[in-house]
Amino acid sequence: MADPTLTPRSPLLSAKERLADATRASHGRVRLAELPFLTQIGLRLDPKGPAAGAVGVALGVPLPLEPDTVTRARDLTVLWLGPDEWLVVGEPGARRELEDRIRAAAGDEPVSVTDVSAQRTTLLVTGPHARDLLAHGCSLDLHPRGFGPGRCAQTTLGRTQVVLVARDRPGAGFWILVRSSFAGYLTDWLLDAAAEYL
Amino acid sequence: MLLIPCPWCGPRDEAEFHYGGQAHVPYPENPAELSDQEWARYLFFRDNPKGPFAERWSHSAGCRRWFNAVRDTSTNEILAVYRSGEERPERFEPRPVTSQPSPPHSAGPVSEAGAGAPSGPIGDLGAELPAGFRHPTLGRIDRGTPLTFTFDGTEYQGYRGDTLASALLANGVIQAATSIKLGRPRGIFSAGVEEPNAVIQIEAPFPEPMLPATAVELYDGLVASSLPGQGRLATEPDPARYDAVHAHCDLLIVGAGPAGLAAAAAAARSGARVILADDQPEPGGSLLGSGEHLDWVREVGALLETAPEVRVLPRTTVFGYYDDNHLLAVERRTNHLGAAAPAKASRERVWRIRARRVVLATGAHERSLAFADNDRPGVMLAASARTYLHRHGVLPGRRAVVFTTNDSAYPAALDLAAVGVEVPVIVDTRTDAGEWGRRAEAAGIEVLTGHAVIGTEGEARLSAVTVAPFGEREGGREFAADLLLVSGGWNPVAHLFSQSGGKLRHDDTLGSFVPDTGRQAVEVAGSASGVLDLPTVLAQGAAAAGRALEAEGYTPENPALPDVTASPYTAPMQVFTVPGREGAPRFVDLQRDVTVEDLTRATGAGLRSVEHTKRYTTAGTANDQGKTSGLLAGGVVAELLGVDISALGTTTFRPPYVPVSFAALAGRDRGALSDPVRTTALHDWHVMQGALFENVGQWKRPWYYPQSGEDMETAVLRECAAAREGVAFMDASTLGKIDVQGPDAGVFLDLLYTNMMSTLKPGMIRYGVMCRPDGMVFDDGTVIRLTPDRFLVTTTTGNAATVLDWMEEWLQTEWPHLRVHCTSVTEQWATVALVGPKSREVLGSLAPDLAVGNDDFPFMAWRDTTVAGIEARVCRISFSGELAYEINVSPWHALDLWEAVHEAGTPYGITPYGTETMHVLRAEKGYPIIGQDTDGTITPQDLGMGWAVSKKKPDFLGKRSFTRPDTLRADRKHLVGLLPDDPATFLPEGTHLVADSVLPPPPVPMLGHVTSSYRSAALGRTFALALIKGGRDRIGERLYAPVGDRLVPVTVTGPVLFDPEGARRDG
Repeated sequence: MADPTLTPRSPLLSAKERLADATRASHGRVRLAELPFLTQIGLRLDPKGPAAGAVGVALGVPLPLEPDTVTRARDLTVLWLGPDEWLVVGEPGARRELEDRIRAAAGDEPVSVTDVSAQRTTLLVTGPHARDLLAHGCSLDLHPRGFGPGRCAQTTLGRTQVVLVARDRPGAGFWILVRSSFAGYLTDWLLDAAAEYL
Repeated sequence: MLLIPCPWCGPRDEAEFHYGGQAHVPYPENPAELSDQEWARYLFFRDNPKGPFAERWSHSAGCRRWFNAVRDTSTNEILAVYRSGEERPERFEPRPVTSQPSPPHSAGPVSEAGAGAPSGPIGDLGAELPAGFRHPTLGRIDRGTPLTFTFDGTEYQGYRGDTLASALLANGVIQAATSIKLGRPRGIFSAGVEEPNAVIQIEAPFPEPMLPATAVELYDGLVASSLPGQGRLATEPDPARYDAVHAHCDLLIVGAGPAGLAAAAAAARSGARVILADDQPEPGGSLLGSGEHLDWVREVGALLETAPEVRVLPRTTVFGYYDDNHLLAVERRTNHLGAAAPAKASRERVWRIRARRVVLATGAHERSLAFADNDRPGVMLAASARTYLHRHGVLPGRRAVVFTTNDSAYPAALDLAAVGVEVPVIVDTRTDAGEWGRRAEAAGIEVLTGHAVIGTEGEARLSAVTVAPFGEREGGREFAADLLLVSGGWNPVAHLFSQSGGKLRHDDTLGSFVPDTGRQAVEVAGSASGVLDLPTVLAQGAAAAGRALEAEGYTPENPALPDVTASPYTAPMQVFTVPGREGAPRFVDLQRDVTVEDLTRATGAGLRSVEHTKRYTTAGTANDQGKTSGLLAGGVVAELLGVDISALGTTTFRPPYVPVSFAALAGRDRGALSDPVRTTALHDWHVMQGALFENVGQWKRPWYYPQSGEDMETAVLRECAAAREGVAFMDASTLGKIDVQGPDAGVFLDLLYTNMMSTLKPGMIRYGVMCRPDGMVFDDGTVIRLTPDRFLVTTTTGNAATVLDWMEEWLQTEWPHLRVHCTSVTEQWATVALVGPKSREVLGSLAPDLAVGNDDFPFMAWRDTTVAGIEARVCRISFSGELAYEINVSPWHALDLWEAVHEAGTPYGITPYGTETMHVLRAEKGYPIIGQDTDGTITPQDLGMGWAVSKKKPDFLGKRSFTRPDTLRADRKHLVGLLPDDPATFLPEGTHLVADSVLPPPPVPMLGHVTSSYRSAALGRTFALALIKGGRDRIGERLYAPVGDRLVPVTVTGPVLFDPEGARRDG
């Protein structure tokens, strides 16, 4: 058994203060924070096979089939990453249960279910200037006309790859999922780009 | 930046994609049955057509899907995309020409005699000439904000709203440079970015070279100096911030002159997303220079300010037009504030604009004429002088002669005369100056038609102009003057249109090249299209925006346009060279000091193309890019060759339209942010311990941990000794890790690796080598079998993404029937390598549930357990030959594990070690590092790893190539060890090896080179690994390594120099 006295350390633990300082200094124009330890399960399966529907039922929300979109259940967000690839994002601590639930639903179908909760961490970027901040390093058009709630995209921000997710309400900003090893670089980049709004 | 339409994600920047070569070249069904020639054809031969070509692409920074695209290799256009496995489409729609030639327009409105007011707002003829060079009331300067600046060591006053050039002129200073080759004094020649002469150096607040004084907004404390044609870069780093912004819009309007403002007014309330970019601080363009319709300019400005989806970018020069309506612009955000610029705002910003439609309203540049001594300070473009009057309230001179070939110099002459500047004569090459001529005469100005300037006088400033009938070179009348205004006609600013792929055609009436057909969704409006009369300019702007908006599904408005009367018009005369006094230079390119005589030499040398004469004479290659001289040079060459200029064309317009600093282009991608730095969960610990770091790919890996006073050699010897004699530990988290799942995972890995993976038992680990189909080693690592359907594969640190892409490429394009999926889990795990004879004791003390004995936990096995209370997967693998473990845990608990291992190992003297020690340890054992000891031309057999190549499998990537004659050559390079005869001599990596102790005359036959070289604590000496021709047959031979001017004798050995029996592996 794992030692319950051990406290997990997130990739951006040491950047927490800097992110909070920037948020304060911007007077709410941009808000930056790490959302650590979100459960993330990588899912690969045939979207036309029987497992797709069964997994959707087990998750309480169908897998998004339209490219670059998300579906949401109460505490889950399912991101389209490819025509046979999704990322199921949930609250911290749910990874074992979620992985088991998906595997049970898929039964004997050839699916791939991988816990990738530590592979990426999540940055919350919100506030009225969230879109302006991201536009410094993201070539996608993030205007709400094209990238409103329900959209996600894998793309490049600064010089690193990210998964961008528009949050569930208009104007509620974005999640940026970034590989943990790049999280420090991306944080430095975001804080530098945010200087103008502070 | 090209847009590539991903069949899944839609259009994305080409930078998100990865090229995969020719499509539809299937992997042969049975390579073993192919002849060597057939196999070589598959490996090495690809088509290379001009025109449509089917290619494989991967959306590597997006959905990671491989797909096919048909690309026209001559235009780069993507004609079709389709998913992997689909047939190439038989037909595809070629992209339509998206913009049509500008509608033909009348050469100019026919004037009604007497109709229309004299140009400009000034009606009072005979006004008294103010003292000095500044008019008391005219201009858009802020007289309430005086500014102090210094030029060439003298302090002057100017006003907010001045440019450096206008402020100098207002102080009576016109000379602003000396020319680069001839050292002749040169004056301010224009009022905009086209300036060839007044290119100055900013000294303070921060040094910046080669800026046109005509484009530098004056600020308090500006210190500048004139230049002899060449500037100086700052020696200290630029402290300013620079950044970039990506922007998207339905309509980009370039230029906020009359055409651009009319376009913006039509679009403002349509709901379309509009960007209006202009290089000046305020909108208006040429209207600011003529002082006309400024109320309308103000109204449109106010309208745009309140329109929700309209972004106006002042001080922004669009400088590049690239594929798929991608345009780059540079915004000068704080330059005009001087030392008062806020530190947190970027000084300059590069806008990367993706526009659905573009309207180019970039205006026109006036051009000069090649007449004798046409470079004296005081010679100025006519419309520029008018601009100085109306924008800055500046009189560029007090007595002006005007020399023109067309109407446009007349309003300038009349406006100057109206404020009291003496204008004794207008010299017009035309035989009839029409209505404008009559107006000038009515204003008391003598008009000499059919005349030309044949010479000028004056050193620091023009003092006199000599005029004679056009064609004559001697005699004539001399006029005293301190200003000579010149107009040789107008060149549409077609730079961006041309960059977009648009074609130009010659307009015989205008005497210049104008936009014709385009290749992108772009229209040209206003004088940029060759239209010079204001009513048409305005109407064109509004109509162009209307068409663009309708095409995008918006409804344009009929904007309110100013009530404009047509101006009188008489056709211009096309003149380039003007005969003049014998021996006087006639400059074509002022910035490069190129004269008519230089061009004569070029054509005399046989050059027949303007591209060639440009390179021969350098005309047009200065940092003004020949804006005022390019067409003039073409015209001169045409005259010299006796051909029509329309047959010569123009030189190619290339970005950037104006010089852009590297700092602006780099943006924030410099210093610490120049490239991403990847770190592990243990990075902060390594930093605290004083580790030095090595860059491996983008990763920062601890290189070694020097203790106080240690150099690298000492530290590494100490770390190596700890690993060989006690226990040491290393952060191995950077190794690539890929989770491979599915019923066909074993079959898949058997195809990828040279060795057999499907026979591996769950709970066990196998080392594997991957080759490209050509048989060359591509990557290596371990394969762990977790369950019958699930493997965990490790890759080298720098190759993780490449290996995953490689796996996906084969699965998606060649083996889609395999039921297997790959997922990167590199950062899902943190890995601690625990190495050395005492490692078992350390692990045992931390993992009470784990049977660590050799029988229970043998070499190449793995176990799930808890280590220091943390869920862990422990692998018994070794990259050093020592007893060793790799402990994998969640990175969220990596530091807990690391500190626990450190504490548990302290009684044994546990030592952290870095990549250098790892390299020494593995090299002592002869383990190659892919990418260091290999270079893409090395087979597993070359490395002596034939044992890792399966003889049983019917096929795997690379197998067929192992029987090619080339891979069977006896003189292939083998990986061997090298021992310098002197055990203290160190061979630098890359050192070549030769056979003889005396160098023969070149070419010297090279036998190979050193790939790895170290000092070994265990061996007590230096050693190296090398790739040597027929190396395994040379073991024991003496070779020589040229190091500096010495030939170092070395002996070839087997690659395994330490513990060749492998006795230490099990502890």
